[in-house]
Amino acid sequence: MASVFDILLTVSFWAAAVRIATPLIFGVLGALLCEKSGVLNLGIEGIMTVGAMSGWLAVYAGADLWTGVVVAAFMGALFGLLLSFFTVTLGLSQHVSGLGVTMLATSAAYFTYRVILPNVDTPPRIVPFQPLDIPVLSSIPFLGPVLFQQTALTLLAFVLVGVLAWFLAKTPLGLAVRAVGENPSAVEAQGLNVLWLRTGAVVAGSAIMAIGGAFLTMSAFDAFFFEMVAGRGWICIALTVFASWKPGKALFAAILFGAFDAFQVRLQQVVGAFLPSQIFLMIPYILSIVALVVWSRRASYPKALMIPYVRGQR
Amino acid sequence: MTDENPVVLELRGITKRFGPLVANEAIDLVMRKGEILALLGENGAGKTTLMNILFGHYVADEGGVFVADGAGALQPLPPGSPRAALDAGIGMVHQHFALAENLTVLDNITLGTEPLFRLSRANSAARAKLAGLMQRSGLKIDLDAQVSQLSVGERQRIEILKALYRDARILVLDEPTAVLTPQESDGLFETLRSLAAHGLSVVFISHKLHEVVSGSDRVAVLRGGRKVAEIPTRGSDKAQLAELMVGRAVSRSKREPRAPGAPVLILADVSVGGANIRQRLENVSMTVREGEIVGIAGVSGNGQAALANLLSGLVTPSAGTLSLGGKVMSLCDPQEFVAAGVGRIPEDRHHEGAVGSMTIAENIALETIRSRRFQRFGFLKFGAIRARAEEAIKAYDIRCPGPDAPIRQLSGGNMQKAILARALDDAPRLILANQPTRGLDVGAVAEVHRRLLLARERGAAIVLITEDLDELFELSDRVAVMFRSRLTDSFASADLDLKTLGLMMAGHDNEAA
Repeated sequence: MASVFDILLTVSFWAAAVRIATPLIFGVLGALLCEKSGVLNLGIEGIMTVGAMSGWLAVYAGADLWTGVVVAAFMGALFGLLLSFFTVTLGLSQHVSGLGVTMLATSAAYFTYRVILPNVDTPPRIVPFQPLDIPVLSSIPFLGPVLFQQTALTLLAFVLVGVLAWFLAKTPLGLAVRAVGENPSAVEAQGLNVLWLRTGAVVAGSAIMAIGGAFLTMSAFDAFFFEMVAGRGWICIALTVFASWKPGKALFAAILFGAFDAFQVRLQQVVGAFLPSQIFLMIPYILSIVALVVWSRRASYPKALMIPYVRGQR
Repeated sequence: MTDENPVVLELRGITKRFGPLVANEAIDLVMRKGEILALLGENGAGKTTLMNILFGHYVADEGGVFVADGAGALQPLPPGSPRAALDAGIGMVHQHFALAENLTVLDNITLGTEPLFRLSRANSAARAKLAGLMQRSGLKIDLDAQVSQLSVGERQRIEILKALYRDARILVLDEPTAVLTPQESDGLFETLRSLAAHGLSVVFISHKLHEVVSGSDRVAVLRGGRKVAEIPTRGSDKAQLAELMVGRAVSRSKREPRAPGAPVLILADVSVGGANIRQRLENVSMTVREGEIVGIAGVSGNGQAALANLLSGLVTPSAGTLSLGGKVMSLCDPQEFVAAGVGRIPEDRHHEGAVGSMTIAENIALETIRSRRFQRFGFLKFGAIRARAEEAIKAYDIRCPGPDAPIRQLSGGNMQKAILARALDDAPRLILANQPTRGLDVGAVAEVHRRLLLARERGAAIVLITEDLDELFELSDRVAVMFRSRLTDSFASADLDLKTLGLMMAGHDNEAA
């Protein structure tokens, strides 16, 4: 049993947890921004797939890595724009539209991949982001290797947590986004445009999600596979609730899930002889559900979440 | 307050249609600096539509709004833009407050007042300006409180401050007293009076005659979307205004003295659990006897909904006993309650009272659909259901295309009559009337009152939950007040005055008052 707890004290375990958490951090922040404005973005799974595909493809076609990230964000924003046209402009069901966007975006990504690379068996590789070695900070014992020997995208995710928290709490636009997810009528009564605010939040949130997808092909791995997003988008939707729509808690939630995932891999090696591997694969999801049930019962969700706003409606 | 004061706002020939319904028809209105104008009319007369056009929520089909600029010249206001209305100095306090509950008071007030694309907010300047405004207007409020924790009266103060913070010269209030206690209403009108004295022009929408008479300088009366009168308040009286509002003299049923009979409903120390005071009851005791109406007053959200659910059999008491006609109801279930002789007029007729897409006949039969009368061997007897509806339509004068029309096509008053037919026709022993006249016009109100008084005459015990104090005093033999999930002792309505009642609604003990 001692070896199980020893795992929790190793640097490599926590470094892996942070690495696994990175796409989730982007995903949760993106979902959080959309939901703060009152739109549930169930397009997330597809948008992350598009981000993974398009970022990788740009680099494969010769662009540099950061251009790839920008391409991924742009493609994500495009699908966000489509989703906001359905859910915000037309006021359609956010569930149906979101699932539709996920199916469309996923299929579009696979289709594009197949059209461009019709006959490959082994997915072509790119040179991904390399782990950084930030001077001074990375030599802090324990924390240094865990946090500061990651790739640039992981650090970007951490920075984004702070930026989003500050944006929502401190800026006039952030205030308007928080208000529009709570009571759009109040926002309109103060002379602001509800449709523009929500569209902006969904587009920006979708761009952030897509970067989370791009992390998979440009940092965690070096190629694009089908099914590689593997439900991470859905997990982000759950983690957003778990995080009570707060960026700081979102970071915590993503790392917690990353830790569960990293833990199950290592646990398999310790006690894997006795139990089927599927049990271990379930662990992070079961623990997430338990955490959701325990922590999120009293979460105060944005009151106007999932309620379309129609101007001048009686 | 005289006609010499400069004109600050003019509405010219406003017409607005919603499909076939003409909500406003060629309405002209003028506002002068420093006056208080009351916009009086029944529900559906077009008051709120008119003000929503003024504020840019709706666009008028014809006509326009003109607002005085800095030099006093009238300029047309771009239609359909709340932003333009705000910039022109029009502030609106909506009936359903336009506040984001997750934000602080300060956030709500400054929302949208500064350029969006800034790295930080100018909160200290806002605080300084608001401190000055609060000083001058007397509207005190904690700027850092979260709105969700504030009372309705406080929220209204935020709404007024929001308008003042934007340097409003014209303040529009939509049914401002609908949710206030009488004392809070008095306070509001004092505030409005002092703001008007400082040059603010105020328009308030109301259908309550007493506040129009006491709180305004001038009254414009709307009926059926048209302006039917515009008169100085001084020299007018309630009867005259009521007649203008309704278009005819209204006869009111009178409650005849009657000795109550045996107890029908006895609540002994009943408690109901719930997450908030809205859903909770704490140690409620009450007795309602045959042939008496017990009125339940209180500011909405103090547990009236829990009491209504209890008396409908929707919730089971967590402590105490509820007995109906001498029988203790241990397991609460709506079917049992209907069978025990409870007739229910629910608060929200669209939501709880009727199934909109089902026919009038089906809705009327719904509560007793399992009785032998309407089914046999599990098959519905459509003939009997239809015949029942036809009787009800005749007896209650329900204006409708026929018993097979979906009930949602009926006007509020006619839908309520159908619900009355369902609730009252089987001669129930106990009637729960929860806000039975909310949103109805004066004619339909009179009909509901007449029916309830007839039931009382017949010997039914009636619990009347209402926020309309005129209705409360008119119908109730005794009155009790709900405050924070508790119910006070009941008092003979004849012994109770408005001031005492207001204090009880605000949570003061009757003794202390």
